[in-house]
Amino acid sequence: MGLLSSRLSITRYKVTGQLNGSVHETVYQGLKQHAIPKIEDDGSEATVGWTSFETPYTPDFEGYSFVFGNYMVFALRIDKKSIPPKLIQKHYVLNIAKHQANTGRHFLSGNEKKAIKDDVFNTLARRIPATPNVYDVVWEYDTGALWFSSNLKAANEALETLFIKSFNLQLIRLFPYTTADLVADLSDQERDVLRKLEKSRSEE
Amino acid sequence: MLDIAIAYSRYKFLGNEFLTWLWFMIASDQDRLRKYDTDLVSLTVGNRLVLENTRHNAKETITIKGDNANLEEGLVALTKGAVVTEIHLSYKTGAQTWGFSLKGESLNISNLKLPETGPVETPEDLEGVVLEKVYLIEKVVGLVNNLFAHFIHLRLSNTWDNQTAFRIRKWATSK
Repeated sequence: MGLLSSRLSITRYKVTGQLNGSVHETVYQGLKQHAIPKIEDDGSEATVGWTSFETPYTPDFEGYSFVFGNYMVFALRIDKKSIPPKLIQKHYVLNIAKHQANTGRHFLSGNEKKAIKDDVFNTLARRIPATPNVYDVVWEYDTGALWFSSNLKAANEALETLFIKSFNLQLIRLFPYTTADLVADLSDQERDVLRKLEKSRSEE
Repeated sequence: MLDIAIAYSRYKFLGNEFLTWLWFMIASDQDRLRKYDTDLVSLTVGNRLVLENTRHNAKETITIKGDNANLEEGLVALTKGAVVTEIHLSYKTGAQTWGFSLKGESLNISNLKLPETGPVETPEDLEGVVLEKVYLIEKVVGLVNNLFAHFIHLRLSNTWDNQTAFRIRKWATSK
């Protein structure tokens, strides 16, 4: 669900640290270096990379096209192959039978069964195309505010991993504790109280 | 700062208490909410409210759904020690209305419906629409940050236990 959808989800983040040199050029280089490959990797189960907001299926960051006013808007794309378990099971059973017929043996060792299963998985993974999922990112560099258009755990974890790899900046998810710590402008005394805070007596 | 994973679990309760306080404020003190957000015309509970009671080592979940649903069952749950874990809100400023859900443990925003924006008919329209959407999202994110900041200052003050928590209990039992 992206920025232009009629309904969207938002996970709030705080980016800490500063980029060296020109912000737009450094972000451009990070996006380009970790862009999703244009040619699909046949063997891998999932591919993760940056793509452009405007053209998510043909990543293009030229001319700083990701800059919209004070914001940088781009997207995370996760291309994942979903192979139905029943399809794996079907080809696994057929391959076992074929292997037994070829070798004349009725029983196969655990290692042989595993090798056949891996082979089935890899063969199917090469034949089945990956399904792309696109999640938009809005980043206001000056304030360190970043919004990600998904609440899905796996997508958020993929964002956090790729972000630090691409820009060498820490991305902190804003949940109750981090919102209190980073957004609410607490005094030192309030921070001390927060550290020891327990559930309200009325809510116990 | 604490380890992020530990902090998330350790302070989940804070988000649920925030939503419980927010429901109380919506029901009893819109004027104060307008002071917190000067653009606010009204903030109301939308079509979903989820409460959870984990007292006595058991987990009980109460979900109230539907437009203009009767929230009395939720108030009864509050008196028994439940807290709000998810709330759908309708936020109005002037002629614009936003609808969105907020989860206590994560403060994640979901099901966000923004006020209407112009259509993207040509590539030149895109930048204007994106900036308008960003502005409209910023209003909701700003509201959440602002309300949570007011809540947390109150929650960390001496007045929470003997005044605010008392007022919330009184409100829940008086209905």
